[in-house]
Amino acid sequence: MTTTLERTSRGAPDLTRRALSSRRRITNQVALGAIALALVIAIVPLGLVVYSVISKGGGIMSGEFLTGDISLSVRRAGGGMGPAIIGTLLITGGAALMAVPLGVLGAIYLNEYGKQRPLARLIRMLADIMTGVPSIIMGLFIYTIWVLTFEARSGFAGALALACLMLPVVIRSTEEMLKLVPDELRQASLALGARKWRTTVTVVLPAAISGITSGSLLAIARAAGETAPIIFVVGAVNATNWNLFSGENTALPAQIFSNASQPFQIAQDRAWGAALTLIAIVLIFTIIARFIANRFAIKER
Amino acid sequence: MILALAAGLLVLAVLALILITTSREAWPAFTHMGLNFITERTWDPPAEVFGALAFIYGTALVSLIALIFAVPVSIGIALFLTELAPRRLRGPAITVIDLLAAVPSVVFGLWGVLVVAPKLVPVYRWFHDVLGGIPVIGSVFAEPVGSGRSFMTAGLIVAIMIVPIITSISREVFSTVPRADKDAALALGATKWEMIKGAVFPHSFGGIVGAVILGLGRAMGETIAITLVIGGSTQITPNVFASGNAMPSVIVSQIGESTGTFTAALIGLGVVLFAMTVLINTLAQAIVRRAEARMRGATS
Repeated sequence: MTTTLERTSRGAPDLTRRALSSRRRITNQVALGAIALALVIAIVPLGLVVYSVISKGGGIMSGEFLTGDISLSVRRAGGGMGPAIIGTLLITGGAALMAVPLGVLGAIYLNEYGKQRPLARLIRMLADIMTGVPSIIMGLFIYTIWVLTFEARSGFAGALALACLMLPVVIRSTEEMLKLVPDELRQASLALGARKWRTTVTVVLPAAISGITSGSLLAIARAAGETAPIIFVVGAVNATNWNLFSGENTALPAQIFSNASQPFQIAQDRAWGAALTLIAIVLIFTIIARFIANRFAIKER
Repeated sequence: MILALAAGLLVLAVLALILITTSREAWPAFTHMGLNFITERTWDPPAEVFGALAFIYGTALVSLIALIFAVPVSIGIALFLTELAPRRLRGPAITVIDLLAAVPSVVFGLWGVLVVAPKLVPVYRWFHDVLGGIPVIGSVFAEPVGSGRSFMTAGLIVAIMIVPIITSISREVFSTVPRADKDAALALGATKWEMIKGAVFPHSFGGIVGAVILGLGRAMGETIAITLVIGGSTQITPNVFASGNAMPSVIVSQIGESTGTFTAALIGLGVVLFAMTVLINTLAQAIVRRAEARMRGATS
C-alpha cells in the first residue's frame, strides 16, 4: 500500500514528446521528412514527363496526324501516324490473342492441377525468371527463330515477341486471381457430379473473370509501349499495312524512337505527338483494367 | 488438363529455345573471338574484332548509377506507404507509382534526350568545376560531354524507371513485419524512426536485398531509353559525364545493318546479357522467397 502511494506521489513518468532528448527528436523528424521527400522525388519526374508530352505533343495533334500516312521525308512537315497506330493495335492485339489464352491455361494448370507438385513449382519459378528477361532478348529470340529463318520481317514477328513478354505476366496474375476463388465453389460443383475441367470452365473461371481481364489488360498496356523487341523484327512502312502476316509493319514506339534520334525540329515534334498518342492508348487500357478490377472484384475473404 | 499442362510447359520451352537458338546463331562469333569476346575492349565490325568489354562496362556503370539513386528513394516511398502515410493518401500515392510504371520506356527516352540531357549539362559542368580538381574523385567527375548524353543521364533515367519495381517489392516486404514487433518498439519509448530502424529494417533486410537485385536486373535489360541518352561511343572511362554505350543499345542500334559474323556477335551480346539477367533474377527470387518464408515463420 505504501509503495503505491510513494509512486503516485512522485508522479507518472513523463511520456510526452518534450521528454525526448533533442537529438532523438531531431533525428526522428529529419528521417521522417526524408521518407516523405522520397515520394515527392518520384512524383516530380512523372509530372515533368507528362507535362512535356502534353505541351509538346498537343501542338501537332490533329485529325491528319492521327490518320495520315507517315511522311516520306523526316525533314518536311505533314503526314501523320496512322499506319503506326494501326500497327500498334494490330501487333498488340495479335500478341494478346496468343498470350492471354495460353497464359490463362497455364495458370489453370498451376492452380487447379499442379498446385505444389515439383513440376508446377518449376514452371512457377521459370515464369518469374521469364518476367525478368529483358524485352530486347525476346526480340533477338524472335529475330533468330522467325526473321532469320523466313527472311522476312512482319507484324506477326512483333506480335510473337510481345506475346513472349506477356505470357509470364498473364500466367502469374491469373494464378493470383484463381487462388482467390473460394474452394467451396469447386467442392459444390464437384459434389454435383461435374468433372474437374467442367468445374474449372463453368465455375472457377467465371468467378475470377474480372481479375483475369484486368490483369491481362495491364499486361497488354505494358506490351503496347515496348519498343526494343519490335524495332528490328517488324521493319518499317510508311503506308498502313493491314496484313499482320505479310509485309513489314510499324508501331508507335518504333516511330517515337526513330524520330527522336533526328536533329530536325519537325521530326522531334512528330516524336512528341506519337508519344502523346501512345500514352493515351496505354492509359485507356490501364483505366479500363482498373475499372473492371474495382467494379467486379471478388471480395477477398 | 493436358492442354493446360502444355500451356504451362510453354514457359519452359520458350526459355530453353531462347538459350538454344540465340547461342547457335551467336556461335560463329564465339568461336571467332573465343574468350576475348568478353575481355577485349575494341569493337570494330569492319575489322571483325568484336570485344564486348566496353559495353559490359557501360551496362554495369549505368546500372550502378541507377541503383544509387533509385534504392534510397524506393525504400523511402515504401516506408512512407507502409508506416507513415495516412490512409487517405495511400491510394493516390500507389496510383502515382503505378502510373510511373505505366509510362513506356521510349517516352522516358524521348524526354531524356530532348529535355533532360541539355538541361543537365550546366549541372554537370558545376560538379566538374567543384570536384574536378580532387585526385581520384576528379576523374569520375571529369569534363562533361557537350550534348549531355552520358552514363550519368542514362543512369538517372533508368533510376526513374526502376523505382516502381523496387518500391512494390519493398512494400510487400515491409508489410510482413509483425505488428507485435513494431508495437513493442513503440511501447519501449522508441520514436517512429527508431522503431523503423530497430524493428522494420532488421526484419526485412533479406527481402530488400532481393528487391534491389531485381531492380538491377531490370536496369541491365533496359534498352531504348538508354540508347537515346547514352551517346553511343565505345569507350571505358571512369568519367560518368562522358558518353558510352551499353549492351542492349548496341544490339538495337547496329543489328539493322549487320551481316555474317557481325550479326552473330550482336546476338552473342544478347546471349551474355540473357545469362547475366537470368542469373541475377534467379538469385533475387531465391533471396526474396527465403526472406518471405522466414518472415511467415516469425508471424505465425
